[in-house]
Amino acid sequence: MAQNQQHDTMKCEELLTLLNEYVDGTVDPAICAEFEQHMTGCNPCQVVVDNIRQTISLYRAGQPWELPPDFRARLHAALRERWRQRQGQP
Amino acid sequence: MPADTSNADLVRRANAGDFNALEELTTRHEKQVYSLALRMLRHRQDAEDVVQQTFLSMVEHLSGFREESSFTTWLMRIATHAALKVIRKRRGLDTISLEAAAEAAGQGESIPHPEFIADWREAPHELIARGETGQLLEDALNRLDEKHRLVFILRDVQGLSVRETAQALALTEANVKVRLLRARLALREQLTRVLGDPATRLEPHRH
Ligand SMILES: [Zn+2]
Repeated sequence: MAQNQQHDTMKCEELLTLLNEYVDGTVDPAICAEFEQHMTGCNPCQVVVDNIRQTISLYRAGQPWELPPDFRARLHAALRERWRQRQGQP
Repeated sequence: MPADTSNADLVRRANAGDFNALEELTTRHEKQVYSLALRMLRHRQDAEDVVQQTFLSMVEHLSGFREESSFTTWLMRIATHAALKVIRKRRGLDTISLEAAAEAAGQGESIPHPEFIADWREAPHELIARGETGQLLEDALNRLDEKHRLVFILRDVQGLSVRETAQALALTEANVKVRLLRARLALREQLTRVLGDPATRLEPHRH
């Protein structure tokens, strides 16, 4: 684990509290530069940031559940029925 | 209906009286709506009710859809609010606001430090292509407290802003940020324990 030997600017602990803003790209530019400087010297923090980005993109991509077929049939029948009712209205 | 017909075209056709276009819109989005509802509610019957309500509401309000946002965004918003309604019905709002007040006052648990830190063996797009992570993702999500799970789903999966998430859940933006950080860290931890390459494992932060 790197200790930030030269500049004792930002600790891992502080980085953790700014993680959301950094990952979302909403962190103040000056702080962003410090954040990135810390990561250059601290591999664990860099990997944690990567892991979090990957975690979010995995969840964003997933639509894992198929509709149960009987439910899907009922859903489409209900839609057709509601559609008919609405078309029947003046 | 050709697969390359845009959602916007389908909406116009449906509004001109074409039921097939409406069905195609439903077919394109039903998995996404059902998955969102199941993730939020973790109850099959409730999730089915939300799906049905969402698409019936689509039939009712499609003529008022104004294309300022994408159709998918519009529909997922309807689905999100339908699912939140079920959650509100399940439990009183009082318990939520007490909890939130404690959190804002800093009485919540401290932020957990990352423990298992390692590069993943595969990139997300490779994992998705092989389709083997589905159960892992849902198991990890189910292990979160509801308060963390909902914030993560609305903010990171549905892409609502922090402000919109706060409004949807009747929380302050500060609450949303704290919960989001905890959710992201917890999910990262769980997924990395399975997907991380032990050969690249690094020592956690020590201070
Ligand atoms: Zn660090």
